[in-house]
Formats: sequence, structure tokens, C-alpha cells
Amino acid sequence: MKTIMDPSEGHSATHTATQPHPFWVMVRKEIAGHIRSWRFLVLLLLILLTFWGSISVAMSNIREVLGNVKDPDHLFLYLKLLTTTEGTLPPFHVFLNFLGPILGISLGFDAINSEQQNGTLTRIMAQPVYRDNLLLAKFVSALTLVGSLLLTLSLLMIGGGILITGVLIEAEEVFRIIGFTILCTVYVGFWLGLSIFLSILFKQASTSALTAIGIWLFFTVFYQIIINLVAKAFMPGANELAQMELFQYNDLFLNLLRLAPSQLFTDATTTLLMPSVRSLGPLTMEQMAGAIPSPLPLKESLMIVWPQVSGLIAATTLCFAAAYYLFMRREIRG
Amino acid sequence: MNHPIIELKRLTKRYRDFKAVNELDLTVTKGEIFGLLGPNGAGKTTTILMMMGLTEPSSGTAHICGFNATKDPISVKRLVGYMPDSVGFYDTMTALENLMYVGELNGIPREEVEERALATMELVGLYGDAIHKKTAAYSRGMKQRLGLAEVLIKDPEVIILDEPTLGIDPSGVKEFLTLIVRLSREKGLTVLLSSHHLHQVQQVCDRVGIFVKGELLAEGNIDTLSNRLFAEKSYEIEIGLVNGIDLPWKDETEMLQMETVQRVTVEDRIIGITSSADVTPDIVRFFVQKGYDVNSVHKKEYGLEEIYEKYFENNITENIDQ
Repeated sequence: MKTIMDPSEGHSATHTATQPHPFWVMVRKEIAGHIRSWRFLVLLLLILLTFWGSISVAMSNIREVLGNVKDPDHLFLYLKLLTTTEGTLPPFHVFLNFLGPILGISLGFDAINSEQQNGTLTRIMAQPVYRDNLLLAKFVSALTLVGSLLLTLSLLMIGGGILITGVLIEAEEVFRIIGFTILCTVYVGFWLGLSIFLSILFKQASTSALTAIGIWLFFTVFYQIIINLVAKAFMPGANELAQMELFQYNDLFLNLLRLAPSQLFTDATTTLLMPSVRSLGPLTMEQMAGAIPSPLPLKESLMIVWPQVSGLIAATTLCFAAAYYLFMRREIRG
Repeated sequence: MNHPIIELKRLTKRYRDFKAVNELDLTVTKGEIFGLLGPNGAGKTTTILMMMGLTEPSSGTAHICGFNATKDPISVKRLVGYMPDSVGFYDTMTALENLMYVGELNGIPREEVEERALATMELVGLYGDAIHKKTAAYSRGMKQRLGLAEVLIKDPEVIILDEPTLGIDPSGVKEFLTLIVRLSREKGLTVLLSSHHLHQVQQVCDRVGIFVKGELLAEGNIDTLSNRLFAEKSYEIEIGLVNGIDLPWKDETEMLQMETVQRVTVEDRIIGITSSADVTPDIVRFFVQKGYDVNSVHKKEYGLEEIYEKYFENNITENIDQ
């Protein structure tokens, strides 16, 4: 009785290890639920297969790639493992561009509405826990899973690479790969946030799943087509434009494309995994003058991708804030 | 010990133009079993949700154990166990895991939680195999019991049960209600249960509130309710005769001259008499003296069913009038 009556419990950070905060109880339960589910197993297999496929393709080509002296990145063995392809299979980071959304959507599309359908939501909300804790627990648990999965894969790749090639990894490569992992997690987080938001919005899990997939398809397929159409319709012929104007138009359309999260992800991963990428937009000859085609240091690469990363984080936060807004004052009815 | 545990003041919930609950005032004292009785859609569940802080009232306040349910729902939820009308569990987890999860959410330390969960399950009558069974394989009655166990594991002061007997078979209902009464008496729990099953409410509740279209029409124990309701109608006596009577009945005027008799209805072999006092012996004597062959005498008494029906009848006619 005492533990229940104690009002300080839940507000203070001084809780003992034997009495975890309800939030962590929820996170633990969510993670256990995900791991035991078939859904996660299928996703895991999917990711493992693509990872194995793209890495083995890269492995078989690695000798040629490393021997290519013209490529300024040819010394980064492990980054090359992640980005090399011979054309049959896209490299892992491109795969993740569309696997990430699937991962995020499938872990979140029924977060709230399935609980409501099963009648568990009312029960949980009748316990002394804050409402936002449930949302946050759903988000944190799925993201923890995805993060640790990706980190494990990266570490496996590094370990495997060291075993097979005998080449030691450099600190910069480690940081870049960890950065890449974090970026992927944030990207999955965006889709997770979006699908949790949709799971609150729609009462049926299938509706929210379909809507999430629809949004994803729109951004990966149709958005680019629409932007291209608009560009063709509005841009005067290239001959009539001065070079600066052409650049401005180009910039505008690139920025429009960057409203799609997948574009942000592609930009950011490319820069992180290919150190020689120095700009994500067009460069003039004047800007390029005197530049040596050499890899950029990690800090410079990070500077380039920073807008993309913060854009992704902002989009994730937006989804999450919308989910909060919908959920916090809604009537919980079974 | 007579201070109110549940105190609702002018509690109102509007959904656009529709008033689900209209200026409800209700007080339940400690240790009482209160039955909220009403048809489907009367606003029972909405009222309960407002008490649990699961939905916000449009106006008015709900205080449970002294805490405002809208502003401080966490404190209320620590002390109140709520069982919704459709109990659902995480089907991939066993019953014990489900119960332990709720226990932990209530801040029961991890080393204690299993022990307490097992004790609570025994209390509600779940033993043996049932403990480690997945809840997906549970029957409705077992789920209801597990729901009660979950309400009790937090050691509440108040338990609120929304349609607790829905979907269980009659013997199960009886057992379940006896269990609730026993627990309430043993632990001094205050119980609020909602139902549209008057018989069940009649069996267990100390006090009943009749709730129709968002308004509490009457409140009190069953005697006071029937007295208040049938004050003007009082007694109805039905006399059954062996032979039918020709209409108009020749003795009707004489019958009406009797003191207290208000109305006489004749329907072939059955004569209904309404009177403001219990004059059954006089009426029987009257019939015998007139030489009628009295076959049966039936004095109507009002139970909850009549009370309930009367309210709903009025309700229905009002609807038609509108």
C-alpha cells in the first residue's frame, strides 16, 4: 500500500533499481512484445538478407575498387564496403532508403489503434501513468530496437571485414559508420513517428498502414515526378537563361526535392559514406577552382549534412508533436 | 466514516449538441455498493470515464477520494481500480504476465510483484493452468476474473466496474457478484458498478441510481425508490374470475363507491382495481358477497423491474411525443 500511496514516486529521479519508473516498465514490455512478434522476425530477415547481399557483392568487387587510384575515396575500405556496387544490387545505404520506411511504418502503424481495438488502451490508461509515457514508450522501444539492430549490423560488417581482408579500420571510418547508423535510426524514427501519429488518427490499423505506405510511395515515386513536371513547365529554355539564373532555378528545385525525407536521407548518407562529396548542390567553376579532389575530413562532411540531419529531426519532432496533440486530450474509450 | 468518496457536482458532458451527461450530482460514501442503472447509451460509461479522468467534462467537477479527476487523474488512478466494459489483454502474454505488468505500472517493486499477482489471482478464483495460459485462450468469464484481479492488485480504495456482468452466463454472474460483495465487505471497498441488468443490481447494491438520457432520475435504495415512484398509484389488485362479465359491468359504480378505490378496469375475466390503500380483503369480500366465483387474487408489488420499466416507459413515450 505504501508504494502506491507515495506521491513522490514517478516525479523524482531518486527511484531505486527495484522499482523502475512506469515508463521503463512500458519500454521493456514493448521491446519484449516486438521481439516476440512474427512481424519483427520477418523484418529482421529482410534486413539481414539485403545486408548480406549488398555486402557480399561489395566484397567480391573490393579489390578492383581499392585499386582504382583515380577515386579519392579508394583508401576507405569499410566505407567502400557499404557503398560499392557492380550494378546488380544497390548498395546497402540505398536499400535502407526504402527499407527504413518499411521498418518504421511496420513497427508503428498499429501502436495505438490496436491497443484500442483490443481494449487494452483503456486498461493501461486507468493505471497511474502519464498518457505521454505510453506514446514515448512506443517510440523509444521501437527506435531502440532499430538502433541496436543497425549498430549490430555495422559492427558485424566491420568485424567481418577485418577478418576477411586483414585491414584495420581507421578511426574516421568508425565515426562515419556510427554517424551513418545514427542517421539511419533518425530516418526510421521519422517514419515511426509518422506511423504512430497515423495510428492515433485512424481507428483501424489497416487504414493507418495504408496511409503511411501511401505517403511513403508519394515521396519516393510521385514527388520527384511532380517536381520534374513543374520544373519543365515553369523553367524557360536553358538557352535563354544566364548561368546564374540557371543555378538559381536548379537550387530552387533541389530544395523542393529536399522536402522529401528520402532525399534528405540520400543526401546525408552519400556525404557521410563518400568523403569526397563536397557539395550537395551544383558548384560553379569558380568555386571548384583550386580544389584538390581529395576526401573531406569528417568535420567538413558533417557540416555539409547538418541541414539534412536537422531537417530529418525536425520532421520527426513534428510528427511526434502532432501525435501528442491528438492523444493527450482525446477521450479514451474501449 | 460517512464522508463522500465519490462526489460529482453538476457534471456535464456535451458532444456537440448532444448532452451525454447532464448536470449530474451524485455522492457515494465509503464502503457503499452503488449501482448505476440505465439502458444502453444513457451516459453511464461517459460518467465513469469522467470520474477516471479519461475524458474531460464540459462543465462540473468529479472528485474521487478528494482528488479532482480532471486535474489530477494520476492521484485518482492510484486509488481507483477501473474495469472497462470490454476487458482486453495482451494476447501474446500469459495471464500472470499481464497482471504483473499492471502491477509494475502501479509501482509494485519487481521482487514483490509476482507474489502479489499470484495471491490476487487466487483471490478471484484463477488457479492452476489458468495462471500460465495465454489470455487469448481465456473465456469471457475468466477474462472478467482476470480484470477484477487487475483492479485489485493495486490495493484500491474504490473500484469502478462498467457492465461487469456483460456476456457471462447466469451462474457465472452470480458467482462474480458474490465475489464483489465479499471483497467489498472484507476490505471496506467502495464499489460503483454500472449495469443495464436490474436483477443483478438488485442483488448486490446498497443503493441504486437510475440513469436515463444523461440524467439521474431517481436515487436511493430500492424501497425508497418504489415508494417515491408509486406514491400516487400505490396498490393494484387483480381479481380473476371463473366466468366472464358482460360489459358494462353492473357493479362497477358500487365498487367505485368504496373508499380509497380510484379506478376499475374490466377485461373479460380479469378485473383490475387501483386503490390508494391496501384494501384487498374488502375487495375479495365484496366479490364473494355479490356471488362471483373468485379464481385468483393478485396483489402487485413493485420491485426494481417495475421501477425500471416505468422510467423507461416514460422515457419512450417522451421520445414519441417529441
